[in-house]
Amino acid sequence: MIAELGLAALWLAAALAALQLAGGALAQRGETPLQPLVRPAAILQGLLAGFAFVMLLWVFAVTDLSVKLVAANSHSLKPMIFKIAGAWGNHEGSMLLWVTVMALAGGLIALIERRLPERTMQATLAAQGFVALGFYAFLLFSSNPFERLPVPAPEGLGLNPLLQDIGLAFHPPTLYIGYVGLSVAFSFAVGALLTRQVTPEFARVMRPWVLGAWVFLTIGITAGSYWAYYELGWGGWWFWDPVENASLMPWLAATALLHSASVLAARDALRAWTIMLGVVAFSMSMVGTFLVRSGVLTSVHAFAVDPERGSFILALLALYIGGALLVFALRAGSVSEGQRFAALSREGALVFNNVMLSAILGIVLLGTLYPLLTEAFDVRVSVGPPYFNPASAIFAIPMLLVMAVGPLLRWRGDKFERISVPVAITVAIVVTVALIIGVATAPGLLPLLGLAISIGLAVASFWPLKGRRLTRVPLATWGMVIAHFGIAIALFGMASEGAFTKERLIALAPGGSTEIAGWQVTLEGVDPVAGPNWTALEGHLLAARDGGEPVRLDPQARNFWAPPQETTESALLTRWDGQLYAVLGDRASDGRWQLRLWWKPFVTLIWYGGLLVALGGVLAIIGRVLSDLKRRRIRVLAAERRSEQAMGAVS
Amino acid sequence: MSALKAKHQRLVLIVIALLVLVAAGLLAAWSLRNQANYFYLPSQMAENPPETGQAVRLGGMVEQGSLETMPDGVTIAFVVTDQDEARVPVRYRGIVPDLFVEGSGVVAEGALAADGIFEATNLLAKHDENYVPRELQEMDQHQAAKMAEETTVGIE
Repeated sequence: MIAELGLAALWLAAALAALQLAGGALAQRGETPLQPLVRPAAILQGLLAGFAFVMLLWVFAVTDLSVKLVAANSHSLKPMIFKIAGAWGNHEGSMLLWVTVMALAGGLIALIERRLPERTMQATLAAQGFVALGFYAFLLFSSNPFERLPVPAPEGLGLNPLLQDIGLAFHPPTLYIGYVGLSVAFSFAVGALLTRQVTPEFARVMRPWVLGAWVFLTIGITAGSYWAYYELGWGGWWFWDPVENASLMPWLAATALLHSASVLAARDALRAWTIMLGVVAFSMSMVGTFLVRSGVLTSVHAFAVDPERGSFILALLALYIGGALLVFALRAGSVSEGQRFAALSREGALVFNNVMLSAILGIVLLGTLYPLLTEAFDVRVSVGPPYFNPASAIFAIPMLLVMAVGPLLRWRGDKFERISVPVAITVAIVVTVALIIGVATAPGLLPLLGLAISIGLAVASFWPLKGRRLTRVPLATWGMVIAHFGIAIALFGMASEGAFTKERLIALAPGGSTEIAGWQVTLEGVDPVAGPNWTALEGHLLAARDGGEPVRLDPQARNFWAPPQETTESALLTRWDGQLYAVLGDRASDGRWQLRLWWKPFVTLIWYGGLLVALGGVLAIIGRVLSDLKRRRIRVLAAERRSEQAMGAVS
Repeated sequence: MSALKAKHQRLVLIVIALLVLVAAGLLAAWSLRNQANYFYLPSQMAENPPETGQAVRLGGMVEQGSLETMPDGVTIAFVVTDQDEARVPVRYRGIVPDLFVEGSGVVAEGALAADGIFEATNLLAKHDENYVPRELQEMDQHQAAKMAEETTVGIE
């Protein structure tokens, strides 16, 4: 019954999306009887999709084994939190989550967004309905999450143990909110193009939505990276895996979009470019979904191969991107007039940032798709860090340098003399740090540049606050400062980890000990332990730093039995200046245990940096919304005053 | 603020942006061409070995009976073969992935050392039965059948 309710809600939501599309499209020709229905349809569609998703959570929570999806992905013995997370840890469930997020976002715009001309809003909601409709069709015709089994299964097959992790349980929804939130940017862009209303007001309306999606993407990428770091037991935090790239690409496009939207909002320039980025950002979400869900690329995150589903997503991708680009080609000419600016100006720096981000996006996209292209010619290639690292660094380094000074520039045009002192100080810091570190440790070119630039950028990111009363600095400016500082912090962590990581690989008998980077590590023993649906061998390590108090570390090698699979649970010891990372390996024939130990200096800064970037985004959203509310209040007050005066004049 | 100048500036911007993007594309194409030699089968490595120290991937089957552990307890040596009976000796210091066994498929990342032994820095093997490394997927028909059962994955 529950599953049928969910399915019915999904069909109704699809019908409402169709109504939204028809009503919004007809509204472009003038007033129609359908027009007043578009906003309520969008809101109701959001509620129904949300209801369908709750029904899915329900069947997973009670482990209803007559539902095919539950039987294939869950197990009655699983802890409740992973039963619920299992709802989206599979193809059908994650597509339903996708549609739900999209419908809720559409409903939210319909509910609260009143600043744009109504015709543009109608076009936006029509575009949102159009995109959602494709995904409803996908769910209802090829990936029905509520499908029943003819005979209920006796027991479920379980969930991939790699996914049975608290971090991963909440990581996909976070990423999805980011991914799908960009559909709003897409719909706004298409709506504005259709009605030729690409104005600064449009950029101001779109910006908080993009910021919101971008914050979730940032958190999702940061969390995903940390998951890969501690769950896989390989000690790395970024593997250029196709699925990681699939989340990075929309992030790069959305980052560029945020900055170009600032130019449009403040200076009415870069109109067509901003629209283009709105289309590209969501296209990258779609490309990512295609890569992950179609099985054309294998990856630890990708689900089982199904060519039919791949073709379906590819068709949607072609339809949406192709359609949007067609509208863009037809209409871009009529919106592209904008204000001029000098090369040395805030706009100039932001254009530079945009071009560099686009170049990095191109590099990542080509590298991710290249194996697919060569496969068409029967050549098997895998593209890895030796390509991605240097190729993206070539564009990232100049971008980071400009990022240090760009916020100091004035809009429209500036003189170099005005910013020469901060620039000189920043350059001096970068050069000094590079010399000191280069001479002292010779860490290799990329880490060296990373360390030097990160310190320069960390200092420079606070320049925009100089000489201002801190309590009067707008929240949005604080957001920018903190986000830029977060980038510097993350970069420092990456470069430091890359340059100074120490590794020790050793086979130890119980009682034996070893030394790594000032830590004395002793293996006390290895014991079997059991969890709710796994057994494990647990190593007991005592780590003492420079003769200090010893601390326990308990890395595990886990065996899950449904499905049968082994996973590595690394043990981490965090100190202010880095992390000690321990992995338990196999038992050698002579009774010794393999241990892998890493000392990773400042590695945690990578994720703290990512969170600071997200925090910057949150502050910017709050700042924008507050200033909009203030502006509205002022407008209302002014109107009241006018009407009072009018009244006064009458009396 | 004449319209002509605004148009002129837009054109310059578009040209610069296009130039940078084309440069990125060329750079990517050029480095990807170099990466085309990134993945080797044992027979390819025997025929046309990569330069010593060049980072590549080697994919094949772990030969039965070739796996041995060195006295330090953490270095292993094994031989990777393919259906053409080419054999490449591999040395790896590290914790082997789960389900890394003889007769199963493996992708080794590393470089050829001066002594002709492939020095692996990372072994990719089992993570999930749904996930087989691309390189192993259709390496060869008869191996594929076998690998479908036994092999798994790692990632990178």
